[in-house]
Amino acid sequence: MKFSGAEIIIKLLERQDIEIIAGIPGGANLPMYDALSASPIRHILTRHEQGAGFIAQGMARVTGRPAVFFATSGPGATNTLTAIADAKLDSIPIICITGQVPLAMIGTDAFQEVDTYGLSVPITKHNYLVRSVDELLCVIPDAFRIASSGRPGPVVIDVPKDVQTAMLEFDAWPEPGGCGFGPELMAPELAHAARIIDEAQRPILYLGGGVVQSGSSALARAMAEKASIPAALSLMGLGALPVDHPLCLGMLGMHGARHTNLAMERCDLLIAAGVRFDDRATGKVAEFCPDAKIIHLDIDASELDKIKSAHVPVAGDLVDSLAALLELVRPADRSPWLGEVAGLRCEHPVIIPGADDPCSSYGVILKAAELAGEEAIVCTDVGQHQMRTAQVYPFLRPRQWLTSGGLGTMGFGMPAAIGAALAAPERTVLCFSGDGSIMMNIQDLATAAEHHVNVKIILLNNNALGLVRQQQDLFYGKRYFASDYARRVDFLKIAEGFGLPAIDLGCSADPGAALAEALAQSGPCLIHVPVSADDPVYPMVPPGAANSQMIGGKVHV
Amino acid sequence: MCKQTVIELTVNNHPGVMSHICGLFARRAYNVEGIACMPVNGGSTSRIWLLVDADERLNQMIKQVDKLEDVLMVERHDGGHAVFTRMAEFVA
Ligand SMILES: Cc1ncc(C[n+]2csc(CCOP(=O)(O)OP(=O)(O)O)c2C)c(N)n1
Ligand SMILES: [Mg+2]
Repeated sequence: MKFSGAEIIIKLLERQDIEIIAGIPGGANLPMYDALSASPIRHILTRHEQGAGFIAQGMARVTGRPAVFFATSGPGATNTLTAIADAKLDSIPIICITGQVPLAMIGTDAFQEVDTYGLSVPITKHNYLVRSVDELLCVIPDAFRIASSGRPGPVVIDVPKDVQTAMLEFDAWPEPGGCGFGPELMAPELAHAARIIDEAQRPILYLGGGVVQSGSSALARAMAEKASIPAALSLMGLGALPVDHPLCLGMLGMHGARHTNLAMERCDLLIAAGVRFDDRATGKVAEFCPDAKIIHLDIDASELDKIKSAHVPVAGDLVDSLAALLELVRPADRSPWLGEVAGLRCEHPVIIPGADDPCSSYGVILKAAELAGEEAIVCTDVGQHQMRTAQVYPFLRPRQWLTSGGLGTMGFGMPAAIGAALAAPERTVLCFSGDGSIMMNIQDLATAAEHHVNVKIILLNNNALGLVRQQQDLFYGKRYFASDYARRVDFLKIAEGFGLPAIDLGCSADPGAALAEALAQSGPCLIHVPVSADDPVYPMVPPGAANSQMIGGKVHV
Repeated sequence: MCKQTVIELTVNNHPGVMSHICGLFARRAYNVEGIACMPVNGGSTSRIWLLVDADERLNQMIKQVDKLEDVLMVERHDGGHAVFTRMAEFVA
């Protein structure tokens, strides 16, 4: 058989079961687009390459499988970088295929030439500059293997235009790239870990995104139940254990619940699984779980001993490590410890101001959760609205929660929600966004309208960069600067202009009913909720302080 | 002065490998004091020797290098390596 490089790329993507590709064409990737036009793969034309990257992320986060997006050389490639860096920090398997100027023109400052390879080195798990058409037969399957194996992550493949047009004669298609085998089970370490768990008086499980990614939530839950170990979740770990589970302590860290952070203070053993001790989770590291021994389970050996040195570091796939550990630990009831934890929860209950008011920040999150039901997927942007959603949304299952955790990228929410809706068209996708964040990728409202995706954008509008303003309020003597907007944007008109229905809960006589009606329609819509800029998210651990030093969120303030 | 050590790597031989390795050190502000590189196995792979300060970040550095797709093997020579003793003669 004989195919062009572009045809080979598309055919190999089909063989990887890719059904949807988001992207934008340009001079340097037109051969790929020409080949794509003849393929059953559905193309989603975005209005910005960052939007395409976040759509791919939304698909990958919901399915757990690598998703692909396309961009042209130069500005197309530079526009993808934020979405790729975001995927790197949250370990999301996406593959970005960029066009590049022809090989002979590389290094000549040709039109729309940029060093995509060099730019993407520090923000990818791996990257390629393809130098001949035959390499594609290895590079494409390898990219899928690398993106999805071990700790997942983004891969960039930069393909010069003449490599796309070159013809190649070959005999057989390569096997699609799949998930490789994890490292071997560390049996002695796990036996040691089990002994330490059995001896512990006050153990806590600390579950993160790795538990969600590896599909080991059920094992983590079984482990918690067998040995009566309460579990705290990182921002990325939300959904690893249902919030209504008696052993679930909820989210820890900067905006975690008081009782959760206080329980961490008291534990004598921390069993950290699929977490990387991010500073927003640990607070001042030296004072994080000060009395605890640490068992750290992760597939990425470089995470072990990186921030905190572990007494028992265990490199390996969590599915294997947790399964082995589950067999080894002895059943225990630990009633004194569970009693102490329950006491902390009683003394420091979670306070949700405005919980019953669907026109308040927390209230609309809770009302939307109730109306959307257990099947909904929840996506956020970055800011106060994100932290509030993380604090109070009743997450019940892994992959229900999509948020930009590591990079904290404003603009993530809406395009990621589009991706989620494309990957799971049967589900409702709630996207909680802020007036600052939504502006960062507002152009892709057009894409949402065009594809009639079932995305309900709940816009918490405080006409401010709320989370920044909150820091100025608390730590910069209330010197608000560059965090309030001087003019109000009419988001209802904007939505309408893009072809989305929109409602304003603020001027609705029955906001609960209006919200219910909006969520019941199919297709996208924007739900505008005016909120105050003067309510900080509490509790809050000041940056650099220990998690025990929380401000606000107390019963009597 | 910090104690120095030599890291010996076996890597795939293509134009991007050096930037992957050097980038890991550069973005952590970890200076590479000496570097040598030669193709082996008829050019399909290369051997790289890095002379670095053995500070408390070294273990993390080695784990990061080991994660790179194009790095096939990592060895550590705390007693130094003849490559650098001989190279030193050129700058003496
Ligand atoms: C791309 C980007 N730029 C800047 C920031 C810093 N930042 C963090 S939260 C925030 C404010 C977000 O405002 P908004 O989306 O309105 O959310 P709110 O906090 O008001 O709910 C800013 C500017 C960021 N996280 N991402
Ligand atoms: Mg805002």
